[in-house]
Amino acid sequence: MKTLFAARMERCIGCQSCSLACARLVHKRLSWYTAGIRVGSSGGISTGFEARVCLACDPPPCAAVCPTGSLSPRKSDGGVKQDRGLCIRCGKCVKACPIGVIVQDELDSPYMCLHCGRCVPYCPHDCLELAEKGEANFVQEVAE
Amino acid sequence: MIRPHFRVVIVNLTTRKTHVENVPGREVWLGGSGLGALLFEKYGDTSAAWTDPKQPLIFAIGPLTGYFPLMSKTVCSFLSPYHGQYTESHAGGRSALALRFADMDALVITGKASRPCVLSVGAKHMDIKDAPFLWGKDVFTTGKMVRNMLPGSGMRSILRIGPAGETGCAYACINVDTYRHFGRMGAGAVMGAKNLKAIAIQGDSSFSLPEGKEYAKVFKEIYEQLTETTMMSKYHDLGTAGNVAALNELKSLPWRNLQATTDPGIDGISGERFAKDMLLRNTACAGCPVGCIHIGYLREKFMADNRYLYRQVAYDYEPIFSLGSMLGMTDGFGVLGLMDAVEREGLDCMSGGVALAWATEALEKGHITEAETLTPLKFGDAAGYKTAIHHLGVGTNEFYKRLAQGTMKAALHYRGEDYACVLGQEMAGYATGESFFVSESLSFRHSHLDSSAYSADQKPQDKDAPKIVAGFVKDEASRIVLTSMVGCLFARGVYSTERLQQALSSLGYAETDLDAAGGAIQRLRWRLRMRSGYAPMQTKIPKRYSEVVTWKGAIDTEFMETLRQTYAAKLIELGQEEKEQA
Repeated sequence: MKTLFAARMERCIGCQSCSLACARLVHKRLSWYTAGIRVGSSGGISTGFEARVCLACDPPPCAAVCPTGSLSPRKSDGGVKQDRGLCIRCGKCVKACPIGVIVQDELDSPYMCLHCGRCVPYCPHDCLELAEKGEANFVQEVAE
Repeated sequence: MIRPHFRVVIVNLTTRKTHVENVPGREVWLGGSGLGALLFEKYGDTSAAWTDPKQPLIFAIGPLTGYFPLMSKTVCSFLSPYHGQYTESHAGGRSALALRFADMDALVITGKASRPCVLSVGAKHMDIKDAPFLWGKDVFTTGKMVRNMLPGSGMRSILRIGPAGETGCAYACINVDTYRHFGRMGAGAVMGAKNLKAIAIQGDSSFSLPEGKEYAKVFKEIYEQLTETTMMSKYHDLGTAGNVAALNELKSLPWRNLQATTDPGIDGISGERFAKDMLLRNTACAGCPVGCIHIGYLREKFMADNRYLYRQVAYDYEPIFSLGSMLGMTDGFGVLGLMDAVEREGLDCMSGGVALAWATEALEKGHITEAETLTPLKFGDAAGYKTAIHHLGVGTNEFYKRLAQGTMKAALHYRGEDYACVLGQEMAGYATGESFFVSESLSFRHSHLDSSAYSADQKPQDKDAPKIVAGFVKDEASRIVLTSMVGCLFARGVYSTERLQQALSSLGYAETDLDAAGGAIQRLRWRLRMRSGYAPMQTKIPKRYSEVVTWKGAIDTEFMETLRQTYAAKLIELGQEEKEQA
């Protein structure tokens, strides 16, 4: 299955259009936080930006600890599907994520990347890519 | 969150308490510029000094902030240390979205802390931390330390001042997230007077989206227009720096304290030169896919044996003018070094550069000596300017303290007022002609962005003073609508009144007559300005401006004076109290 890669973050300008798009389109929220992808500096804005996003663990430890089946592994290539209706907001997935990219909102609902790719067209610098594993970032466009 | 009223958070630094007020009036005062003026009228006192602890420092966003792209600016409203009167300054960075997600339409800071402090606010907290250890620290060090003191990377904004704000420099800025500023009119000194070194705003809440499909549709249309058309390309390509060579060509770029308007040395400091040799990368304000912030790279050898350090310095048209051509600098790397020095001190780059340009000419003319400047100042000599910038920031001696209160104040003392390049405040970089000189001298923020005068000057126009003044007034009102939303003025081509109306409707706001609201806010701003002592008829345009030669030839001083008087009369009318109007 296709997976979201923050493949070219060295191009990122920190506009957070991706986070806002994810919150708006996928999670139906106005937020730069309750999103599957979040952008922050790696130590102050002079240091450039990094994407805090799911790396599609295979098998995914967040799904393994989910007591209700709200999170389940995708068919292939790692990452999870989420059924929000089953979630009891226990927060186990947050603790299980080895890179700390699952966040909870003020009501403890968890947010993570579902690898849907809806953020991709909102990146003005083409930092993001939805691709098969092993195929992302092969094409480096050469500027005119 | 969409509410019928404004949700205003008021922090009192004296009592260290905060309270939330629901303020009505959204349909009339919109947000941003309008909300700032409304709140200043409520909490400020136009008869007391700007240093009075009760005076508010107001940060306001608008109904579209965070909901649409380029709605990414915050309006700061305050009584200016520069002239003691009501004013505004605008900045982006992450400040606007941080306020939105902290669930505040405005943050109002009153009172004065008993010792230097840092204010941390968010949707769920308010904390004042004593921070005497930060006093005296430069802008960058302060930013790094605050970053480590408080949580929330990626979803917060850090506003801070440098030494200039602490010493009460009338043009101290508030630095926002390293590369943006509430630059002009001295908001930094207001923070300093309140013992407030930094403000961290954490945007730690989220909101449900408006019902229905309209919002998604309008968002998509606006986003596409901003990113898929060429409307914004000049801002992310060369950026505003692209104007440097163009204005030099038009004989409209101030050089060496406006002793010339064009110079062959332009190639070293043009936007093209910066892009080719110095541009490291771009960044953006949160919520803006344009990314107009251009960051230059400066490598400096600081020791033998090839020991280097590097600096990243944001550049734009205005700092290239004020710390470049205005100081006779023809080496872009040298200009970046001066920009970096100005950033550290927390000075407004435009006022700082123009002040030092005046000091250089005053030194040449013998109106001041090196006993005052403490270092040789020579057009084109970066080393002297770097030293002087530090003196200006910390207020080393009587001379620098005077200069830090405004170039004209120093010029009147040292008898150099004829060549002080002051148009209400130290000029912006447009020696374009009579319209701009009059507009910037008199307009509300004394900003080049108050009207399109500098652009009008670049085309042939009739010398019809009432018509030109009517244009200034109309321009101001329409820009006020955008700065009440609060949108970036670079997006003014995209956000027409109709577009703004559509955007507001898609969020569920009732139909508002935006033109009428713009006019009402304009009049309130002018009333507050007049109440705090503005006398537009008394403004003077220094002699240097009558000596300028632009592409149109010599300045028509008679016409300039007619235009000045016509605009001043109009402003007095706009600023009349409502009873008088009736």
